[in-house]
Amino acid sequence: MIDSLYTPYDHFSIVPALMLALFGCAILLFDFLIFPDPRQRKWLLIFVVLAEVFTGVGLYRQTGYVAASPLQAFNGSIQVDQFSIFFNWLFLIAALMVAVVSYRYLENAGEHHGEYYSLILFAQCGMYFLATGADLVTLFVGLELMALSFYVMVGFLRSEKRSNEAALKYLLLGAFSSGFLVYGFSVLYGIAGSTNLKTIVNTIASKPAWDPVVYLALITTSVGLLFKVAAAPFHMWAPDAYEGAPTTVTAYLSVASKAASFAFLLRLFYGQLAPFAAMREVWAPILAVIAVVTMTVGNLAAINQSNVKRLLAYSSISHAGYMLLGVVAGNETGITGVEVYLMVYTFMNLGAFLVLVALRRQKIIGDEMDDISGLMKKSPGYAVLMLIFLISLAGIPPTAGFLGKYYIFWSLIEAHQYTLAVIATLYAAVAIYYYFRIVKSMFVAEVKEKEPMATSFGIRVALAVSGVMTLVIGVYPEPFLKLAQGSLLR
Amino acid sequence: MDQHLLSIVLLTPLAGLLVLLLLPGNKNLIRIWANLAALAGFLVSLPLVFRFQTGAPGFQFEERADWIPTLGAHYHLGIDGISLLLVMLTTAMGVIAMLCSWSGIQDRVREYYAMFLILQTGMIGVFISLDFFLFYIFWELVLVPMYFIIGVWGGPRKLYAAIKFFLYTLAGSVLMLLGILTLYFQHFQQTGAYSFEISELMKTTSGMSLGAQEWVFWAFFIGFAIKVPMFPFHTWLPDAHVEAPTAGSVILAAVLLKMGTYGFLRFSLPLLPQASADQKIVQILAILSIIGIIYGALVCLMQKDWKKLVAYSSVSHLGFCTLGIFALNPNGIAGSVIQQVNHGISTGMLFMVIGVIYERRHTREISEYGGLGHVMPKFAIIFAIAMLSSAGLPLLNGFVGEFTILQGAFEANRVWAAFAVTGVILGAAYLLWLYQRTILGQVTNGKNLTIPDMNFREVAMFVPLIAWAVWIGVYPKPFFDVLRQPVTEIVERVHPDYFKGSQPQPALAKLRAKLGTQVAAQAGGAR
Repeated sequence: MIDSLYTPYDHFSIVPALMLALFGCAILLFDFLIFPDPRQRKWLLIFVVLAEVFTGVGLYRQTGYVAASPLQAFNGSIQVDQFSIFFNWLFLIAALMVAVVSYRYLENAGEHHGEYYSLILFAQCGMYFLATGADLVTLFVGLELMALSFYVMVGFLRSEKRSNEAALKYLLLGAFSSGFLVYGFSVLYGIAGSTNLKTIVNTIASKPAWDPVVYLALITTSVGLLFKVAAAPFHMWAPDAYEGAPTTVTAYLSVASKAASFAFLLRLFYGQLAPFAAMREVWAPILAVIAVVTMTVGNLAAINQSNVKRLLAYSSISHAGYMLLGVVAGNETGITGVEVYLMVYTFMNLGAFLVLVALRRQKIIGDEMDDISGLMKKSPGYAVLMLIFLISLAGIPPTAGFLGKYYIFWSLIEAHQYTLAVIATLYAAVAIYYYFRIVKSMFVAEVKEKEPMATSFGIRVALAVSGVMTLVIGVYPEPFLKLAQGSLLR
Repeated sequence: MDQHLLSIVLLTPLAGLLVLLLLPGNKNLIRIWANLAALAGFLVSLPLVFRFQTGAPGFQFEERADWIPTLGAHYHLGIDGISLLLVMLTTAMGVIAMLCSWSGIQDRVREYYAMFLILQTGMIGVFISLDFFLFYIFWELVLVPMYFIIGVWGGPRKLYAAIKFFLYTLAGSVLMLLGILTLYFQHFQQTGAYSFEISELMKTTSGMSLGAQEWVFWAFFIGFAIKVPMFPFHTWLPDAHVEAPTAGSVILAAVLLKMGTYGFLRFSLPLLPQASADQKIVQILAILSIIGIIYGALVCLMQKDWKKLVAYSSVSHLGFCTLGIFALNPNGIAGSVIQQVNHGISTGMLFMVIGVIYERRHTREISEYGGLGHVMPKFAIIFAIAMLSSAGLPLLNGFVGEFTILQGAFEANRVWAAFAVTGVILGAAYLLWLYQRTILGQVTNGKNLTIPDMNFREVAMFVPLIAWAVWIGVYPKPFFDVLRQPVTEIVERVHPDYFKGSQPQPALAKLRAKLGTQVAAQAGGAR
């Protein structure tokens, strides 16, 4: 009896999450005990780095075990497979990079507190369960753990109105969407009498295809999910939350939270464990429309933004549209495409936001278009890196971003979705316009203020890593494509 | 050495770029180094000429390595006669463009030359790639440096012109990418393997339906036609040319536009032979070319701005190039390639002439000038040669290209040739009139009296181009020899039975076939 409740595999399957949770708690504890002085708090990074090292070791050891078949644990409520490992590496990279760049930013903003780092780890812990969960309850708890950590992080600049407003908006809309999602989950539970995805898949397969209850579950669950990935018309929270949040959190939110939400979405819509995979014909056309609307809203709204953070927020909405198109295509290329896209997006989007992080000085918020103008004259290194990230976001070779777009176009051609392909390519041209507004401002406009960049060792390292990766994946993508291909959902 | 020659040619500008970024901030040092790098780029490309085996079939100096096996993309380089001429044009114009920016560019010198060296790599890469994926990477790589060259160092409306150039060409290229992916997927369906190799894709298209080929053709067409630019897609060109700095205009006209015509020759025709030979498509393209020729020339007659006039003359001249390509016979295609080189030389010279005068007077209004011949005799002579070579005077290069294209067009369809000839006449008209208004007569504007004549550097950058122009004009045989084999291959691919039988074959064959059926019918009736 005991054996069936807890096996050694169970422990093994959640080691990374345990590490994250433990170190997160440790930071909360040690913050008060040994670092009463805010200036010393950057040493808390040691805990973060240790946590990520242990998590990394855990993920690395899992890789060997799941090569042949996925590892089921906790009576099938957790499934570790190459898919989950791939996504967990993305979360790890994002969390680590965001953590190491944050101290200077938070010091400048006057809000350097220890719990920030534990929130990063807790959020990552939630994402771990979004990528591994094979049970509705596990998934939902993971989602809420991630979301709650983010609500706090978005509002972390307590004295800033903008940050508070963003947090409140994000919280209200996020709670609303979670309501939809959990309603859909309850319907699924009602259908199957179980929260296990496998059981749900089997039950739905035995139901008649037109069963309205299944449709109800599909619609409410999708609404919740589309909120999380910030797809139109459920994207309204994103620009405000992105703009108001501390830039480091925006970077984390836009990259890791998006990747986790897509992992979640793929779990429910593609592969053997996906309750809705069999209903492709029903949701694919609707999702296609949503993807096109998302790209339209994101791209057109980005054109006129004068705030760089807000512009990047809208651009991230349009990127979500592209990734949804990969799900619409629904073939192996498309799903690999979503993974490749998220991988390159992690590096290029983090990089772009990190440049903005370095623009936040003691007295200058630094996220308006004017703040970035003349950057080439002031600090050419940052300007060139930003250029690389923007070119990559625009999808121009030889940068990584091109490969993401390439896979999406390819999958659409394979699925004979020519109209969608043409729309997607034309929006790539529109995107050039607003990305190059930033480039124009950096390279052509005059310097508006002379205050030097708020750089730090952490920022330099993180920027170098994301810049190098953006170029390396662009020029020699083979190992990375192999990795993405190997971690396809089965 | 030989098997890596193309890689060396490709990477020399990049090596120059790396050193350039490490140099100390002395402007003259940076200038000297950039010029040396461009010169080195030209010198390493010279062995291509000497070791090229004229008349050998297929590609030479081939280099092939796996690059992204997951996607079936290879690092595959190689050249034939057509690419040889265009590569040499690129490396030669690279040297001259560097030289002519010596005094024109005064701020951000390092960034300027860095952009030029990246541009140089991209352009060479386009002409030597034999893998479609690699080609596409280089094709897009060119856009960013050109955006900066126009947008940072350009004229008053530089930002508008730069982003217009970028948006137009990018929209075209991404649609072309869809065409490439369609071919790629077709190839996968037929063979079960993914490949971007041009030789592999060529096998695929024989199994494709005409309808599918036509779709892919139009996707390619948008990409290439915007780059050329062909008639309704030409509107980005005048803006880009007028606002770009001199060297930017020179490279844009001399090399960048050729990427479009080269794309037609290397990809559209051989990969999609049935669609390219389809009567409807050929008609549309020929008509667009002819409209381009005549419209471009008429607009030239109306221009008050010297640089805009030359920009529109590009539209007209490139119309000849595309008309030659879609004549689909050896004369047309060979003439088109020669004319592409010619246009690079003569329009390059015309833009440099404008650069010389603009540096002195900072205006491009034609009405500001007049009687410059009295003040600047050297300038007047060089401008005369450049103008006449562009207008197609016999013994200079333009004549050879235009004549051969007209010959090809005549063979394909007499009406086309008749319309195209008016373009030649109009061309002579606007160029001679421009010359008359600026150089001849009395000096009408006092400011022009004190202009210094061209210095040694400025004359030096024209000399090689003039020599080249005279060479093509007087003795074009080596150029035609180099082109014969690749052109024959293209024509055989598009019209498989073109070379069976005697020369003016298509018309004669049609006649013969008609007579044959009539005779047969009569014989049948008699029986």
